Amino acid sequence: MPKIQIPTPLRQYAGKEPAVEVKAATVGEALYGLVARHPELRRHLYTDDGKLRAFVNVYLNDEDVRYLQKEATAVKETDSISIVPSIAGGTA
Amino acid sequence: MSTITEVKPETATLSNDEILRYSRHLIMPEVGMEGQLKLKAARVLCIGAGGLGSPLALYLGAAGVGTLGLVDFDVVDYTNLQRQIIHTTADVGRKKLDSAADKLKAINPLINVRPFDTRLSSDNALELFRDFDIIADGTDNFPTRYLVNDACVITGKPNVYGSIFRFEGQASVFATEKGPCYRCLYPEPPPPGLVPSCAEGGVLGILPGLVGVIQATEVIKLILGKGEPLIGRLLLVDALAMKFRELKLRKNPDCPVCGTHPTITKLIDYNEFCGIRGEEAPVETGVAEIQVEELKRRLDAGEDVFVLDVREPHEYQICNLGGHLIPLGDLPKRIHELDSSREIVAHCRSGVRSAKAVNFLRQAGFRKVHNLSGGILAWADRVDSKMPKY
Repeated sequence: MPKIQIPTPLRQYAGKEPAVEVKAATVGEALYGLVARHPELRRHLYTDDGKLRAFVNVYLNDEDVRYLQKEATAVKETDSISIVPSIAGGTA
Repeated sequence: MSTITEVKPETATLSNDEILRYSRHLIMPEVGMEGQLKLKAARVLCIGAGGLGSPLALYLGAAGVGTLGLVDFDVVDYTNLQRQIIHTTADVGRKKLDSAADKLKAINPLINVRPFDTRLSSDNALELFRDFDIIADGTDNFPTRYLVNDACVITGKPNVYGSIFRFEGQASVFATEKGPCYRCLYPEPPPPGLVPSCAEGGVLGILPGLVGVIQATEVIKLILGKGEPLIGRLLLVDALAMKFRELKLRKNPDCPVCGTHPTITKLIDYNEFCGIRGEEAPVETGVAEIQVEELKRRLDAGEDVFVLDVREPHEYQICNLGGHLIPLGDLPKRIHELDSSREIVAHCRSGVRSAKAVNFLRQAGFRKVHNLSGGILAWADRVDSKMPKY
């Protein structure tokens, strides 16, 4: 099953898991499967009208899905999906 | 790259002291005399002399980067010392800028350190950047990240980027002529409150070392014109798994600042940009606050006050007021543990998370709920001096 990598800032909403395997044929299905399993993640990934948030980037392996077929991008069993949110830490 | 051609190594020479000091560079072909002269002629501006800025500035100074600018307005405190290795215990209370400049001069008196005692802003960024060839971003907040990025694109200076959270980091090189910028990766900042800061989430002390040294490496490579810079690549560092991953970045033709038809051509108000874009209302402060002295008096008088601690269990172990522990993130599913008819005082470390808890509880119908102003830190300062601060 494709594996979704959960970044550190979002793990607290995903049962502290670093990665989750979800049965899915597309990137969109995989993300829906993820938030179905961890409902608290929903508001961090999606806006109220169900669109992926602008500061949440989704990669299929090392490619940004915005430059593939977005959420309709097909996924294979061995694929890795990464959620890469912006982080700001540095000084403080 | 256009900016690097401003470095004119042919006008510089190395003294015998410099030849001895940089001999391990001079004997390797990738640097050599030519590269060391490029380093000497280079002018690099480090934004922030903190976690990332410490290793960055130390290594760039040691390597012989001729002009090293530092921008910072902060003062060294004890909580910095776990990771900001340019500062020592004796520096606590000093300006980070003075402390960092002293260390750099001690490591390499042959370089020119240019301190700027100011907060980087839309009013001063373009002028500051003009005198430098490369900008290294070691800031800790979204408004300054977008400011650094946009100012780099506008002035045509590469932005050597690093960012950290807990045990995870990101690094890249943005705003080169052909490469993407930070806005190509993240067009918009997250709404305030949705992404925790390092002060809230913590950071593993070695992580800024790891990421700051990657930034220093990229700066040196850009100056030398050697190797494969992190242009168009986002390096992800997971220190816990000790895994390095790489993602492809593309220059977005629709990018508002570096795209083909930019809509942002001058610096904007970045606090506003990062604030009003938020889809959530900012945390209300000042409402229903209670001061630590008042809480102490009421507890001592035996009044019925329910103290709710919304920090994490590992923080409770450091110090506590004996309150009922429900971490902020667990509050929605554990709200039934609270009695809305009782007077509740919520507290956290500094009062930010508990303000969110108070807002949440008020929305859930709780009327007698107050936020402890300044949190357990204020309690340690003003009520119990034996209470540890963290």
